[in-house]
Amino acid sequence: MTATLDPDRLETVFPDKKPLYPEGEARAEAERCLYCVDAPCIKACPTEIDIPTFIKKIASGNVRGAAQTIFAQNLLGYSCARVCPVEVLCEGSCVYNAWEREPIKIGRLQRYATDAVMDPSTAPIFSPKPRTTGRKVALIGAGPASLACAGYLALEGVEAVIFEKRPVSGGLNTWGIAPYKLKADDALLEISWIERMGVEIRHGVEIGRDITGAQLLDQYDAVFIGVGLGDDTRLGIPGEDGPGVMGAVAWIEEMKLHMKRGTRIGRVIVVGGGNTAIDVARECASLGGAEVSMVYRRGHEQMSGYVHEMMGARKERVRLIEHTQPVAVLRGAGGDVTGLRCVRTEGGKNVAGSDHDIPCDLVAVAIGQSKLRAVARELPGVALDARGCVVCDPTTGRTGNPKVYSGGDCTNGGKEVVNAVADGRNAARTMLAAFAGQSGAG
Amino acid sequence: MADLSIDFCGIKSPNPFWLASAPPANTGEQVMRAFDAGWGGAVWKTLGDPIVNVTSRFAAVDLGTYKMMGLNNIELITDRPLDVNLREIAEVKKRYPKHAVIASLMTETKEDWRVLIKRCEDVGVDGLELNFGCPHGMCERGMGSSVGQEPKLLQEITSWTKEFARTPVLVKLTPNTGDITEPGFAAVAGGADGISLINTIKSIIGVDLDRMVPFPRVAGASSNGGYCGPAVKPIALHMVAALAREPGIARVPISGIGGISTWREAAEFIALGCTSVQVCTAVMHYGYRIVEDLIQGLSSYLDEHGMKSVNELRGRAVPSYQEWGDLDLAYKLVAKIDKDKCIGCQLCVTACNDGAHQCIFTGPDDRERPPHAHTHGKAIAPVPLPIGKHAGSRVPWVDEPECVGCNLCQLVCPVSGCITMEESRTGPPETWNDRVAQGRARVPGGIHD
Ligand SMILES: Cc1cc2nc3c(=O)[nH]c(=O)nc-3n(C[C@H](O)[C@H](O)[C@H](O)COP(=O)(O)OP(=O)(O)OC[C@H]3O[C@@H](n4cnc5c(N)ncnc54)[C@H](O)[C@@H]3O)c2cc1C
Ligand SMILES: Cc1cc2nc3c(=O)[nH]c(=O)nc-3n(C[C@H](O)[C@H](O)[C@H](O)COP(=O)(O)O)c2cc1C
Ligand code: SF4
Repeated sequence: MTATLDPDRLETVFPDKKPLYPEGEARAEAERCLYCVDAPCIKACPTEIDIPTFIKKIASGNVRGAAQTIFAQNLLGYSCARVCPVEVLCEGSCVYNAWEREPIKIGRLQRYATDAVMDPSTAPIFSPKPRTTGRKVALIGAGPASLACAGYLALEGVEAVIFEKRPVSGGLNTWGIAPYKLKADDALLEISWIERMGVEIRHGVEIGRDITGAQLLDQYDAVFIGVGLGDDTRLGIPGEDGPGVMGAVAWIEEMKLHMKRGTRIGRVIVVGGGNTAIDVARECASLGGAEVSMVYRRGHEQMSGYVHEMMGARKERVRLIEHTQPVAVLRGAGGDVTGLRCVRTEGGKNVAGSDHDIPCDLVAVAIGQSKLRAVARELPGVALDARGCVVCDPTTGRTGNPKVYSGGDCTNGGKEVVNAVADGRNAARTMLAAFAGQSGAG
Repeated sequence: MADLSIDFCGIKSPNPFWLASAPPANTGEQVMRAFDAGWGGAVWKTLGDPIVNVTSRFAAVDLGTYKMMGLNNIELITDRPLDVNLREIAEVKKRYPKHAVIASLMTETKEDWRVLIKRCEDVGVDGLELNFGCPHGMCERGMGSSVGQEPKLLQEITSWTKEFARTPVLVKLTPNTGDITEPGFAAVAGGADGISLINTIKSIIGVDLDRMVPFPRVAGASSNGGYCGPAVKPIALHMVAALAREPGIARVPISGIGGISTWREAAEFIALGCTSVQVCTAVMHYGYRIVEDLIQGLSSYLDEHGMKSVNELRGRAVPSYQEWGDLDLAYKLVAKIDKDKCIGCQLCVTACNDGAHQCIFTGPDDRERPPHAHTHGKAIAPVPLPIGKHAGSRVPWVDEPECVGCNLCQLVCPVSGCITMEESRTGPPETWNDRVAQGRARVPGGIHD
């Protein structure tokens, strides 16, 4: 890592929502697992971790073995343990739910196993194979997709070089995740663990600006596109430009990496109904925001954010204002934001004459992120779909160019870290098979 | 990674983990799947003249949500024709030459033993295990535990088999005996090359209270069965250790059996003197896949403790298994409760007051202390707390001079690390046997005082 994090940054005030289990509790929870055969939790996990096996290993005190089982399928199992929406993935499918009992706390058990081996002082879990393959892969963007892909390649003796335009690695996993799930320094701890497998990260290099796609294709045996998504989408309403109005993802990045402890959060309006909107609202509410409201143009049933997250937000005093659409940002004489002018909506249409003003100091716009199209366009044969996502086969990561692979948010339009990891891993496996085939033939 | 391979009286195995002679080692197809999963050896389901089984055959004790903490069975030896079993053994040995395949045997006459041993050795088994342990059905016919319970008979039959056998002979002992060293010595005297133990413990696991028939029910009746699974581990461990500390017995290797389901238990058996371990119930419960944890967990443990081979672990805990009279009476432990970790369940209070020595209390610690006496805590009665007062007042406190260090409170405490036992001592080491030797064995207040 090049950039160092300010130890006094604002995100450090958040306590962990799901703290590390002490040994006894981890074992007790692990003992509850039924060790199902053909377990539904495995199928619900996008990376198909052998969950019952790792849990039984925790129960026996074989914590390293548990971590090995996790990392065999999910190299970012440390992050995923904290950031995965387990309620709708593994834990949501645990057979205990059908039995109307608390599902096994798979996420917390995974954290217990992976936390134990992350520290540089613990004996390495993996020994990367020597670099005898002579193969080199370039990866664009240091987010979860590229990190997983690069790590699995490095373990098999392939030279993996990641190009990252920012000074910090990790993509949204470092600067987008709600800090009560994962803090930036923990995300970076995992990345340095992956770097110790032999992955190289070159910061401050933007593909398309500093190095062209053609150069990469020329110098490397394969290229992986893991650029994620672009800037927050704008509302396009009067008064939007200027201080006090921020894209939600940009605000979260600012809060996680740059704002200082003690920063005061005033009255906040979050525009949107997805998980990013709920995250910003919960973060502002936890930071003591005087009044935090979400403004959403349809009803709560239509929200794309998870129900469990919205329930959590309500408990934290976040107000949901449904069927409402912003039309203008109001500013005072000094230019400061004073409120948001909104109209009510009905059946998706604005109701005439329903204008009303909601006072606030900050507007966070969480209505989506733009697509980064430039990199794909630099690489011949790589296509973008109508939404602007890179077209690839989700099981292999193959694009229209046989040397180019892709995965993560830039291919699926924005899912979870675990999906990006699965994509990166699958691309690595496809590349390794392709390399083996090529050298076998030659 | 530590070397897990073993040599058990000439029987080589890639690791110490063997399937016990039981349903998981019933057929060649099973044993091969087990070897693929990582098992190092298998003791085939006991061979002899095929039998007829009853249904049902199993019953279990559950503990909370944990199923099959103890398992009971009234199954007999193999019900498959001998030639089928032998053909499959030959096939397994051909495909898995490096794995250990041991035939468990049970029959009656000397001639039967001769033929059975020859036929097994002809198909290439690596060793033989004499089943002198089965405590149900077969013992009524004069075999199994009825041999294991008669040291003379056990010795005689063992010596017959040694006349015929070219491969190593293991004697599998029954725990249904008063002193396990008696059959242990008899086996060695009969020429056994190794000993395995324990077979199942004679048991009745429960009663169907509507039908008034014990479990497992066979039509309108039941029979005593053999008990195994996690519940029997402590009994098995003791028996293993009892043999391991007898030099006259421990000169032959021991294969430990009984309640092993994780690497930790396997390590315990090895530390108490076993060269290999065998598993039945845990495989019946969870399948062959558990061997991954056995192998990984044991290797990590060995690595972490700087042991290059599993052989370095063997018997390490045997010297510290001593007579009670040699334990240090001056060593003391006192319970300490971590106020920050305590959740106020007060299970320790009840356990100590009703089940131990009346020295954990709730409420403010501001009463006068009675002089320290052997009658624990008589003068201190717990004061009921005014509800809602004293924040954190559910945290109990220990009257330390009265604590006898039994550690019951620590065992019942649900919060890990909340109650710790602090070490101290009352003087230089002194044992009961020292006191007997010095004529100080009398404690005041006895029958004649
Ligand atoms: C607010 C928010 C909260 C979230 N919370 C969760 C959560 O709780 N749990 C969860 O599982 N998921 C969550 N997600 C989603 C998750 O963060 C993403 O799905 C995941 O990070 C995608 O990984 P990626 O590798 O595809 O892309 P990214 O993480 O976006 O990484 C892409 C990287 O590529 C770099 N890059 C882009 N273009 C170039 C270029 N031309 N040259 C070099 N580098 C480039 C970027 O700087 C970035 O570092 C959240 C997302 C957001 C926005
Ligand atoms: C259903 C069942 C059948 C068994 N059959 C045999 C047998 O044929 N021969 C034998 O030596 N032991 C037999 N055993 C005993 C086991 O080999 C083993 O000694 C015992 O179950 C203890 O180990 P465990 O706690 O791992 O189950 C049997 C056990 C069970 C549960
Ligand atoms: S579904 Fe639940 S009980 Fe079954 S293996 Fe997974 S965590 Fe265990």
